[in-house]
Amino acid sequence: MNLRGAARIAYLILIYGFLYLPILVLIVYSFNDSKYSLEWQGMTWAWYQNLFDDPDLLQVALNSTLIATLSATVATGIGTLAAVALYRYEFFGKPLLQSLIFVLMMTPDIVMGIALLILFVSLSLPLGFWTLLLAHITFNIPFVVVTVLSRISGFDRHLIEAAKDLGATEFQTVRRIVLPLLMPAVAAGWLLSFTLSMDDVMVSFFVTGPTFEILPLKIYSMVRLGVTPEINALCTIMLGVTLLLILIAQLLLHERS
Amino acid sequence: MRIREPFKLVAVGMIGFWLIAFALLPNLLVVIASVLERGSDEFVAFALTLDSYRRLLDPLYLGVLLDSLWLAGVTTALCLLLGYPFAYLLTRMPARWRPALLLLVIIPFWTSSLVRTYAMVIILQTNGWLNQILLGLGLITEPLELLYTEPAVIAGMLYTLLPFMILPLYAVLEKLDRRLIEAARDLGAGRVTIFRRIILPLTLPGIIAGCMLTFLPGLGMFYVADLLGGARTLLVGNLIRDQFLSARDWPFGAAASTLLTGLMLLLLWAYYLSSRRASRGALP
Repeated sequence: MNLRGAARIAYLILIYGFLYLPILVLIVYSFNDSKYSLEWQGMTWAWYQNLFDDPDLLQVALNSTLIATLSATVATGIGTLAAVALYRYEFFGKPLLQSLIFVLMMTPDIVMGIALLILFVSLSLPLGFWTLLLAHITFNIPFVVVTVLSRISGFDRHLIEAAKDLGATEFQTVRRIVLPLLMPAVAAGWLLSFTLSMDDVMVSFFVTGPTFEILPLKIYSMVRLGVTPEINALCTIMLGVTLLLILIAQLLLHERS
Repeated sequence: MRIREPFKLVAVGMIGFWLIAFALLPNLLVVIASVLERGSDEFVAFALTLDSYRRLLDPLYLGVLLDSLWLAGVTTALCLLLGYPFAYLLTRMPARWRPALLLLVIIPFWTSSLVRTYAMVIILQTNGWLNQILLGLGLITEPLELLYTEPAVIAGMLYTLLPFMILPLYAVLEKLDRRLIEAARDLGAGRVTIFRRIILPLTLPGIIAGCMLTFLPGLGMFYVADLLGGARTLLVGNLIRDQFLSARDWPFGAAASTLLTGLMLLLLWAYYLSSRRASRGALP
């Protein structure tokens, strides 16, 4: 390899190092058998054990999983139908709908957080489980729409025409032809929504109340008090779950195509 | 819409309802709240005023605003400076490596930015990694106070936002038509001219999209400023949060938030214009 090629590879490695080194340090220290020291004192599961012995933390993790599962499911339903409609039909207000989805995806989290807070307070909804769920569905929808649309645009219109010719109704066509073909993208959209929901700090910060605590906000309040091996362990678990879901989502999106 | 197509009615109706109820309406409410007065028992009092916007120009808040624009601007510039060559080099890698290399950027893109900010705290703290390495190399004799400084905030934002710059850049660079570059070279254009006249205009939509995805969160990510910058109010994000949580001045917080929305719309408009121009410039 010539010098320029080597310099290019070196640059890539440098940036990847920057992206991954802090995460690796975090993971390594979650197994270090020492509360304060940076030196490697041997391998331990103690910090993970501490997490699992904490009933409050388990409840919070359960809350997060519940919100993520429900919000991903509802968002996937609405988002998939929206993507199919955007692909199949012309209707009044379609350009407006498309731009709203795009703007919603680009909206900074903090703006969405306070906008929803003002909405919920105006409606006198008590902040907690329901407001959190509505907010998470809202920020998940555009990601599902985009994921599913990117798959739809690559598929064969003739299949739909053939189904029509054979006498299928619109509902049958969508259910028997369009949705099965879209399944991988729908599943990927669900997984990505789930991770977004599990990881969200900013929107949740504004729309949840004291009655319903979730994992990212719990981590946030723990982290503000300082670095501990237990937080390292908790963050490592979060990273592991996210990594697994993203890998599955990517596999689903790239199969066949 | 005909009744013959109930499926269409349901599909369009649901998304339409959701977007109007939970995207359009809340943002309208923010704009409305921003021109109302601060209330004594309720959060807002129903009297029209532009007072909140005037207060954004108060030197105290203007300072936060300018600091925040500066921090987000530096972060965005660094992201672009590091990300553009990186994304370009990725597109020049052998095709069979590219999916894996791209996946390595996508993973941090989807990973919790709170967790990644926390990882940065571990690296930067006084008895943290960076200090140990610098001490070990003999570059410094005593640990530096890295945490709770502005560079730490910039480092943290750079770290969490870099993938958000790389991915849109990669998307436009990958689509870049190599024939245009060859044609320019055949016609005698130098490297600088090729970059300035061909590559830059065609990748401008990606640049703007990347800047939007780093600059706007850079103004708002209050937890990065909290964890890496200490207790001072550094970002517009902290300012907005404090109005809603402790100061209880909703109209003022809403005004600051409307400012961010305005900035976003401006950037979206720039993106729209640039992508229209770029698609006109491409080969059929």
